[in-house]
Amino acid sequence: MEAFEYIAPRTLAEAYQHLGNGKRTAMLAGGTDIIVQLREGRRSCDQVLDLKHIPELMALAFTSDGTLEIGAATPLADIYEDPEVARRLPGLVDAASLIGGIQIQGRATLGGNLCNASPAADSAPALIALAARLVIGSSAGTRELPVEEFFLGPGQNALQPGEILLQVKIPPQPPGSGACFLRFIPRNEMDIAVANAGVSIQLSDDRSRIERARVAVGAVAPTPLLVPAAADALVGQAPNAETLERAAQAAAEAATPITDMRGSAAQRRHLTRVMTLRALNGALQRATENR
Amino acid sequence: MPRTQVQTRLNGADIDFLCEPRQSLLEVLRDELGLTGTKEGCNNGNCGACTVIMNGRIANACCVLAVEAEGAEVTTIEGVARGDQLHPLQQTFLEEAALQCGICTPGFILAAKALLDKEPNPDEHRIRYWLAGNLCRCTGYDKIVKAVQKASAEMQEAKV
Amino acid sequence: MTTIDRTGYKVIGTRPVRPDGVEKVTGKAQYGADIRLPGLIHGRILRSPHAHARILSIDTSEAETIPGVMGVLTAKELPAADDAIQDLGEGAVNLRELSDNVLALEKVLYRGHAVAAVAATSPHIAEEALKKIRVEYEPLPAVLDVRDAMRDDAPLLKEDRYTKSMGAEKTDRPSNIASHNQFHAGDLEKAFAEADAVVEREFTTKMVHQGYIEPQTSTASWNADGTITIWTSTQGAFVVRAQVAEVLRRPVSSIRVIPMEIGGGFGGKIPIYLDPIAALLSKKSGRPVKITMSRTEVFEATGPTSGTYIKMKMAAKDGVITAAEATMAYEAGAYPGSAVGAGSMTMLAPYNIENFKIDAYDVVVNKPKTSAYRAPGAPAAAFACESVIDELAKKVNADPLEFRLKSSSREGTRMVNGIAFPRIGHEECVEAALNHPHYRAPIEGPNRGRGVASGYWFNGGMQSSVVAAVNPDGTVNLIEGSTDIGGTRASLAMQLAETLGIPYEDIRPSVVDTDSIGHNDVTGGSRTTFASGMAAYESGMDIRRQMAARAAKLWNCTEDEVVYENGTLRCTKDSTKELTFKELAAQQPRTGGPIAGKASLVARGAGGAFATHIVDVEVDVDTGKVTVLRYTAVQDVGTAIHPAYVEGQMQGGVVQGIGWALNEEYYYLEDGRLANSSFLDYRMPTSLDVPNIDTVIVEVPNPGHPYGVRGVGEVPIVPPLAAMANAIAEATGHRFTDLPISPRRIVETLHGLEE
Repeated sequence: MEAFEYIAPRTLAEAYQHLGNGKRTAMLAGGTDIIVQLREGRRSCDQVLDLKHIPELMALAFTSDGTLEIGAATPLADIYEDPEVARRLPGLVDAASLIGGIQIQGRATLGGNLCNASPAADSAPALIALAARLVIGSSAGTRELPVEEFFLGPGQNALQPGEILLQVKIPPQPPGSGACFLRFIPRNEMDIAVANAGVSIQLSDDRSRIERARVAVGAVAPTPLLVPAAADALVGQAPNAETLERAAQAAAEAATPITDMRGSAAQRRHLTRVMTLRALNGALQRATENR
Repeated sequence: MPRTQVQTRLNGADIDFLCEPRQSLLEVLRDELGLTGTKEGCNNGNCGACTVIMNGRIANACCVLAVEAEGAEVTTIEGVARGDQLHPLQQTFLEEAALQCGICTPGFILAAKALLDKEPNPDEHRIRYWLAGNLCRCTGYDKIVKAVQKASAEMQEAKV
Repeated sequence: MTTIDRTGYKVIGTRPVRPDGVEKVTGKAQYGADIRLPGLIHGRILRSPHAHARILSIDTSEAETIPGVMGVLTAKELPAADDAIQDLGEGAVNLRELSDNVLALEKVLYRGHAVAAVAATSPHIAEEALKKIRVEYEPLPAVLDVRDAMRDDAPLLKEDRYTKSMGAEKTDRPSNIASHNQFHAGDLEKAFAEADAVVEREFTTKMVHQGYIEPQTSTASWNADGTITIWTSTQGAFVVRAQVAEVLRRPVSSIRVIPMEIGGGFGGKIPIYLDPIAALLSKKSGRPVKITMSRTEVFEATGPTSGTYIKMKMAAKDGVITAAEATMAYEAGAYPGSAVGAGSMTMLAPYNIENFKIDAYDVVVNKPKTSAYRAPGAPAAAFACESVIDELAKKVNADPLEFRLKSSSREGTRMVNGIAFPRIGHEECVEAALNHPHYRAPIEGPNRGRGVASGYWFNGGMQSSVVAAVNPDGTVNLIEGSTDIGGTRASLAMQLAETLGIPYEDIRPSVVDTDSIGHNDVTGGSRTTFASGMAAYESGMDIRRQMAARAAKLWNCTEDEVVYENGTLRCTKDSTKELTFKELAAQQPRTGGPIAGKASLVARGAGGAFATHIVDVEVDVDTGKVTVLRYTAVQDVGTAIHPAYVEGQMQGGVVQGIGWALNEEYYYLEDGRLANSSFLDYRMPTSLDVPNIDTVIVEVPNPGHPYGVRGVGEVPIVPPLAAMANAIAEATGHRFTDLPISPRRIVETLHGLEE
């Protein structure tokens, strides 16, 4: 590894100050991506900023209106082990508990997963489906961004120089809604997704219609994708097999996958349909239970 | 670049060491502290041979910078037995022949210990799920799972 | 040699804790990379980015000036090697090619081929120094597929290599086909013409890696007196010594190899890669030098096993297999020497087939030089043969196991190389499988299927040396030279304890270095429990003879009148005269001095072993994911010395086979780059990917070993590839003939997806 300085700021103000010192900076939360990248020479920096000593970035709490605010450097295991989070947001827990194995999950974070901006990031479709928003800060203040707008390309996120991803905010999920995240990997654990899908649907009071829906897919395009066409195929429709199939098909059509060592384009397009359909069924089941 | 001093609690003892920021916890444990029980298998978080327990959770030491151990509590395989009193897992691994070459064994023991400390009675699927971050190429996992099940039963009996 | 009557073994067949166990579960055991020495510095290796290129120049001048760098090395500093062959124990090696593989001199033949090395005070500095070495290459076209490499217009790895033929016609044109061998017998044409059923298929497998969790490592000290000390994780310290001696042109006696504990080998830790480099860097720097490979280097620059192409045609008549014709082409990697020969000899071994022809081709390609991987050559061969047999059985409406039984080899059946089998146990394995509850359990549900397959491995004998020294307290030090990869300290101690009639706990085995014991061939070839065990037995018999002589003196009788039984010496003339092993041990000084038994032997009479496996799978046809529901491995082990370690060998080999069948492969890009050189994308099974592996130990004792031992380590990896393919064929209705049968392959095939 190339040499770098290690700094562990105690406050955001300190962190912004270091960011502004002109040196190339890598943010360190869980380290499970960044340390490997630095070691393999895929990334280079002069200083590493360890975010884990800044309290706001490690917090996890529901606000009074039911929004879940997750500090960007909170380990995934803290998220899925929280009983209230598990009860209210199983779709989030689906994703958080699938990234890597237990060793990874004790360290890795949503912030890291999002900022790494892999097209296959497992947190992204789940968060997009939940209509999550990101709070981004700099010495100039904060701004918010929907998760689906955070990815600009493979490995490229929307942070500007001097900015830090502070928080993931998940709005309260309305009654009668359910969310589900699934992914396909060749083994049963430890792999990067070949295709993944996160969906959320809200059923009408009498469960006869889908009132709201969000469908997102990943690993099948340069970035995770929100697929409005899939949502359009669902909203106002009866929650039956044909409706779900149409939505899954729309998701597959939105995919622009490549062929690489993890899968072929044809396989990925096929899996987009399959995993979206399965996630839709999962979300539907949860929505039904919540109605 | 001058080295950083790190103070940490390792296997129950307060220690300090010097390291460069770019050195991983794995490197420092092995090369600076002489604790070679934690093994390097892949150096990128995919095999679990370097599993340690850090602040109550298992982690791959190759994906932790040594400087991050400042103020933390770390347990390695060397800290599992109490003198010559083996932990039940160490004992059942021996009795059940759950190791062949043994290189993955320290990682498995720490991972399994963390599981049983948290969930005393996991079923087979839960054990296999929890241990999926630890690769073994020799045993095919069968006897490892059985050793964990046996230790779990013995540890529960001991509490009664 | 006759096998001792096995009823009433006292130690053999029990499951004691291994002597090196506590060290290994407490992290105290010292593996190769754990060695710590005063003044130790670190080496790193620069490797070719090209799959095929001429080396035009190497400029190390800038690297040498970096603070902390203490030595830089290129191939120019290796002595020129002979173009001679040396036997390594599980394959022979050409010394010039071995040397060239350690550090390339004129050409690089695969991406990852070593071209230079640096030693520095920290591994980070060594890595930085590598970046300052300038190498000029002239890239050449590369060939990456075995069939492409056989074509007349293929780029040649060596301009003056001609095909060596045995039993086949010679060629006079340079070729990547390093050798072509043929076995044939009978009248193939007639047999195919008269058959009730014929099946012909083409099969391919990809290059895969042994996947040991511990990367290669070697530490060397070039001492002031010109001797070299090497600490390394290896399957054979003596083989390392021999190879290093040849590559460095030093006398064998000047090199001491200390085998550390080893974190897996499976055949991949027999060739040397690092030792000569570490030694020469040590010479240059005056310090001990440790070099450990990264996982990427292990994938790209050690010895994976061949990708293969096999065309197989078989015929059946009246319910038995009557003909087999196979063309086999195996990738040797950058230098000749794949295991196609062993594959060709094991392929048909379970069956008595009168008419056969096998053409076996060893072909070089621009990939790392292949090394042995557990029953080298056999798994791919069995994949083809056992898949075709399955289809053949179906065509003649026979149960797949009954069909195999009807054609089974037995004592006296000749293998394709003409050698007749001694007492073997294939029939017993098939029968055990037929009668097993797994085979009788119905398999219910959609997309589920059951597959079976048999397999064979020869198992080795070769050289072993041990010394057993009797301590005054009646314990025994067993000094041996076989590195302990899977519990052989225990299995050797058990055999010695059984021989002497004393408790297992009274034997203290130690694995020593090449200065301290006579020659031992590798821990590999499924030979250690057999051959080193035989040596342990012989050393025990040696002790018994010496003790009997002592007792005779004490009792004033002849040695014929002394009987040794159950750890006690008795005088047949006088029943009051009795001495236990312990008692006589205490009297060593007064009866003639220290007693030590020894044995140095070439073990003959190795027993080949068969296995028959049953697997149930479920296929998710929409995603292609295959779930292994149930697996039963039946194997003839001769005699299970330590049943838990025998089971462990079976289970480990099965899971490697499952990985090979479903997901493992070297994924090459067109420019010869290996895309998946990490455990993330080279997908070996995790604990969540496999169920419990049930084992059935069949014991048909090997008449060639005093305790009936057959090698057990390798044959378990032979049947799984075909068993999985056969099960998937049942589950999906589609016969997959290319490995891995990955989810991608399954969905693309079942759903007709285009690229």
